[in-house]
Amino acid sequence: MADLVKLTIDGKPVQAPPGTLVIDAAKTAGMEIPAFCYYEGLTLQAACRMCLVEVEKMPKLMTACTLPVAEGMVVRTETPEVAAARKYMLEFLLTNHPLDCPVCDKGGECELQDMTFRYGVGESRYTEEKVHTPEKQYSPVVFFDAPRCILCYRCVRICNEGLGVGALGVVYRGVGSEIAPNKGDHLECDECGACIDICPVGALTSGIYRYKTRPWEMTHVATICAHCADGCRTTLGTRNNQIIRGNNRDRSGVNGEFLCIKGRYAFDFYDHPERLQAPLMRVDGKLEEVSWARALEAVAQKFNGTLAAGGSFGVIGSNHTTNEENYYLQKFAREVLKTNNIDHHRTGDVAALLDALSGKEAALATAADLYQRKAILILGADLALEHPLLSFQARANYRHHQAHLYAVTPGPVREDKYSVVSIRVGGPAAKVGGDLGVIPGRDVGAVTTGPGAAPVGGPGVVPNPNAGAPSAPGPRWAPVTGPGIATGDPSGFCHPHNVEAGPGDYFAALEHLRERLKAEPELVIVFDDSFKGQDIKRLVEYADSLGIPVKYICLVDYSNSRGALDMALTPEFLPGYQPSGQPGMRVDEMLAAKLDVLWVVGANPCKAPGAGDRGPGFVVVQDMFLTETAKLADVVLPAACAYEKNGTVTNVTGEVQRLKCAVGAMGAKPDLEIMGFIAREMGVAAALGPWLPDLVLEEIRATVRGYDVPAPALAFGAAQTRPVNGRPSSETRPELVRSEHNGLFDSGTLGRYSRVLNSVLEKRLSR
Amino acid sequence: MTFSPQLEARFEKLLKSYPPGRQRSALVPMLLYAQDEVGSMTDELIDEVAQRVGVTPLQVNEVLSYYSMLHRKPMGKYHVQICTNISCLLNDGDKLWEHACKRLGIGNKEVTPDGQVSLEEVECMGACSWAPAIQVNYDFHHFITPEKLDQLLDSLTKKQ
Amino acid sequence: MLYNEPSPLETKVLSRRFGAPNSASIDTYLADQGYQAFRKAAGMKPEEIIEQVKISNLRGRGGAGFPTGMKWSFVPRTSPKPKYIVVNGDESEPGTCKDRVLIENDPHQLIEGVLIAGLAVDAHAGYVYIRGEYRYLIEVMEKAIGEAYAKGWLGKNIQGTGFDFDLYAHSGAGAYECGEESALLESLEGKRGIPRIRPPFPAVVGAFQCPTVLNNVETYCAVPAIIRDGGAAFAALGVPKAGGTKMTCLTGNINKPGVYELRLGFPVAQMIEEVGGGIPRGRRLKAMIPGGSSCPVLTAKECEGATMDYDSMSARKTMLGSGGVIVMDDQTCMVKALMRIIRFYAHESCGWCIPCREGTTWLRKILVRFHEGGGTRSDIDLIGDIGKNMLGRTFCPLGDAAAMPTISFVEKFREEFEDHLAGKPCPYEHADHGIEVLSLSR
Ligand SMILES: Cc1cc2nc3c(=O)[nH]c(=O)nc-3n(C[C@H](O)[C@H](O)[C@H](O)COP(=O)(O)O)c2cc1C
Ligand code: SF4
Ligand code: FES
Repeated sequence: MADLVKLTIDGKPVQAPPGTLVIDAAKTAGMEIPAFCYYEGLTLQAACRMCLVEVEKMPKLMTACTLPVAEGMVVRTETPEVAAARKYMLEFLLTNHPLDCPVCDKGGECELQDMTFRYGVGESRYTEEKVHTPEKQYSPVVFFDAPRCILCYRCVRICNEGLGVGALGVVYRGVGSEIAPNKGDHLECDECGACIDICPVGALTSGIYRYKTRPWEMTHVATICAHCADGCRTTLGTRNNQIIRGNNRDRSGVNGEFLCIKGRYAFDFYDHPERLQAPLMRVDGKLEEVSWARALEAVAQKFNGTLAAGGSFGVIGSNHTTNEENYYLQKFAREVLKTNNIDHHRTGDVAALLDALSGKEAALATAADLYQRKAILILGADLALEHPLLSFQARANYRHHQAHLYAVTPGPVREDKYSVVSIRVGGPAAKVGGDLGVIPGRDVGAVTTGPGAAPVGGPGVVPNPNAGAPSAPGPRWAPVTGPGIATGDPSGFCHPHNVEAGPGDYFAALEHLRERLKAEPELVIVFDDSFKGQDIKRLVEYADSLGIPVKYICLVDYSNSRGALDMALTPEFLPGYQPSGQPGMRVDEMLAAKLDVLWVVGANPCKAPGAGDRGPGFVVVQDMFLTETAKLADVVLPAACAYEKNGTVTNVTGEVQRLKCAVGAMGAKPDLEIMGFIAREMGVAAALGPWLPDLVLEEIRATVRGYDVPAPALAFGAAQTRPVNGRPSSETRPELVRSEHNGLFDSGTLGRYSRVLNSVLEKRLSR
Repeated sequence: MTFSPQLEARFEKLLKSYPPGRQRSALVPMLLYAQDEVGSMTDELIDEVAQRVGVTPLQVNEVLSYYSMLHRKPMGKYHVQICTNISCLLNDGDKLWEHACKRLGIGNKEVTPDGQVSLEEVECMGACSWAPAIQVNYDFHHFITPEKLDQLLDSLTKKQ
Repeated sequence: MLYNEPSPLETKVLSRRFGAPNSASIDTYLADQGYQAFRKAAGMKPEEIIEQVKISNLRGRGGAGFPTGMKWSFVPRTSPKPKYIVVNGDESEPGTCKDRVLIENDPHQLIEGVLIAGLAVDAHAGYVYIRGEYRYLIEVMEKAIGEAYAKGWLGKNIQGTGFDFDLYAHSGAGAYECGEESALLESLEGKRGIPRIRPPFPAVVGAFQCPTVLNNVETYCAVPAIIRDGGAAFAALGVPKAGGTKMTCLTGNINKPGVYELRLGFPVAQMIEEVGGGIPRGRRLKAMIPGGSSCPVLTAKECEGATMDYDSMSARKTMLGSGGVIVMDDQTCMVKALMRIIRFYAHESCGWCIPCREGTTWLRKILVRFHEGGGTRSDIDLIGDIGKNMLGRTFCPLGDAAAMPTISFVEKFREEFEDHLAGKPCPYEHADHGIEVLSLSR
């Protein structure tokens, strides 16, 4: 580590690494220098002038937000001149501020309010008229009140730099400067709301939260987002047993300040009017509300009766129930119901990756790795839409560390704007696997004998800036080879001029990519379901042949897809990927077979039209809504949603995090409790053990390979599961792996019941 | 969007004037030249220029709204710009401005009903030693008096 | 073309070809010493060129007066990045109109200056940024550049020296702030004209993130003479600490307004009385702004004994600035003058930083109200105070440019502000109609 620079701030000796800004050095030393425009991780602005400090030997006050520390520097942050500068800066700011704090959503959390209280003048000398402009609605979630805006440009920067969307800009100049949305009068963007949370004042407000309550009237519960597999921490503000807002105010968890529209706003499925609030039972062919006692009794009787008669069971689990629920469910199936017919909808072939990594140490990447590693190869997925956090991490890595990004995808992706190489593969996502898979075999010469003659790749899209563009949706200058690192800009578009010329032949382009990758010091490979089974094996061989350290992320879809695999909601394995050695049916087989009992927990396998033929057997469904599958059931047990229960989930990168109950469920119960009650009703509870989440977790930590995570890590943040590479190989059934490729505005069943997701314009614009 | 061959040639020359990857540099001059031909910054023009230099329409908007010579609304065929800044003011530039407003019956950045003449009160335009000065489109006119302004306006409206 | 009669008191170095037939053409230029300095410089080492510029005591003519030779020496000549020469022809400071005549009359002198700067820092491309209003100068410049290419004074292997240089004219589109060097670079890159955070300065990170020499038009125009006749000869034209001549724009209430080339150190009184032919209508001098509207104003008394150079002006707590001299006669309403100046800065503030954006607008509102007769006594102090609260605390010097006149007007002409308290109309207003009712100091 480089030597620390020594300086003094307000007479206190301070040490900081070279390059540290004075504002950060002061903060580390426990001294606060006020600032509006400075925001860690975003570009410097030096616009608000709140951070002016006195520095010895400098003729003028200096902005601490742009001044790097220097040896022997003497900084003073509390001199009369500095105090005056702050005071008058606030006076300037308030000249055109409406001072409508009593009705402003930001009241109580407003940085301008706090600063005025601490540093401001008592009374304004401003007597001129203020400019009034009406508030504008940019989208269902974003409202803008221009007079309150202090032009710190945080919103513009988070949108441009952080999200790579560039939906907000600044128009006009001088006192007329105004934040403007990309579509003139409205926004078309990710609708993530980051601009709202980052706004220090109440200029940008949330359509979901505005005028509902005051920050101090809410209880704040930090839990994990129920939607995609990235596992962002979201803090739910609740009042009167209602969720009023979501954000990540303390920047904890794997996501720091990041949240997408789902994490921030799409909690609203929880109080959808169609939420099931009482158990349903089929009476005379129709589902009718019954008491919990009656429903549980009916289920237990049926289960016991079937067991006694030696009947057949099938169990379908979920990729958004908790680890504890999944663990308990498979134990229930295997030990009580004596069946290995247990499965769930698999969205990524994690097992095949673990197999292929046999004998390798620590080869799975975490969300943090995407921010730290020097190079990232994205295969197949449109990361920005399907895994917003991972995309955010990679982008931040590019901005802060000039990481090299590579993207081989079927369609244009956000990363093209700053990737070193982007290659468009023709056809469906699965082709990515095939095309790249050919490379390790070094058969390339044989397959590139003529354009389009490739047996594996088929006629690939030629990687030049204009190829594929006319037919592709989106701007006609969509690049196919990335601009390289020099001019890449996370916001804006790429112009063909800015795009580095790549080889004109498709396979030559893949070769070119391989050469570039070989020159990298290290790599993280992120791949989606276009790689499964043998393709993954070949991918790992390909990566091995690069001769550099490689880590992997196998993308999966829902909030606990990874946990469903780890907890063995599959016939092939026992928890921790131990081969089960038993035959067992998969989802499709269970649906097709005439099983005596089908028990579906939190899944909707009969969603597809036509899958709706109810077998003769007895169907039990636990769900939040009357899904297509629930409609076929004999008994429907209303389940609590993720925000109504405790437990843990494991995200796409294998990090275990805690769900914390934010609100009580009305009539519904957590799936774990439902299963426990069924067990009790059946008289088998003792065999399964207590159904308290913490106790089940203890059992998981003690018995499931990879889950012996330290308890304190789990208490405060994310605990990385240990990789469980290497074991006797077993068949993984890659053909069952199918990702939904949910974009930003879809999220399976939950997404269907989220009013926010359905309200935004982009939902209709997206595929 | 199609432009005249002259403008196309200008664009081509501009785009070649900057280092590789820096085509955005052409943005400000391109907008100004395009405005001369199209009349104002139309949505269509913004989209077209955005594509040509490789930025988003929002980015074009951010830029064009910054520069005072770029207008979203069309100005008159003769855009009369009167400087009232300090050196002109000291030579009665403000009186000239008032005179022009009265005579044309329009105010700042307004156009006569026939679309012929528009007025703008501008900041110093680098004609301080020949004050008061005005610009009609890009042509400078120096040492202007109300009488000279009348003559000039007469000749413009006659020229059609 | 010339807009004013030359004065016999001028020292014609940069303007020597002004008024010659076809003065802008390359033939005229070549016939009168044109491009000889480039040839000479091509035979010199880069350090020698910079040394001569240092010896010449040339200080930047754009307003800040930074020593040019020193600025050039900051360019990391051995950096692997390309280097650029950028010419600041944005000329927007009220009272200034000299770059315009320099380009219009003698564009090749500018090109030659740029080429020499290119030799000095190993740059091979340059941009002349010209304000959008000067459209005709873009054409003049492009024509001259075309001629220079045609005759081998631009392009590859210029005149067999092995030196390559490409030059382009680039138009602004109406923004004073784009005269500020880093805002100019942003504008040149197709962005809003918002200044950059400095350091790094353009010499190290300038155009396209590469080392860049950025100077005013007049600064480059002085370079051929410096190389041709030697730095010492140029230095001798001026005063000890600042060499050469200054293109001086006489504007405002003056009989013979115009752009005159005067040696640095020229007496202010002589400049007004003899070069400028005195003040019209027999009036007397009330005040003068020496270098564009951003400089603190001088009273008639303060002008006594002053000379047009950096030191004399800084001794009077003002600046030589850009050479835009604004002369105000005894019937000028100083409140109105300040109001108009502040209207300008409020209009031109880029809006980036709080004190400039809000301060200029607040000042504008107060001053407009005040001049219209709606002022109060406490406003007078407030005006000065707002200026002081902006001074030195803004993101770029535009805030100072608004603060300095504000503070000096209120300080030096406080009684005029007090006179306005008596009510409407402005007590000085009728004087503008040329009716000599008031004769203040006579
Ligand atoms: C607000 C502002 C406006 C400026 N306008 C101009 C201008 O129009 N022309 C100019 O040459 N310099 C202008 N300058 C000065 C430039 O920033 C810069 O100092 C100058 O171009 C450097 O060239 P020089 O060293 O040759 O003077 C301005 C500075 C500021 C702060
Ligand atoms: S909207 Fe808010 S965050 Fe954005 S610039 Fe304005 S005050 Fe800052
Ligand atoms: S935080 Fe330094 S200027 Fe805003």
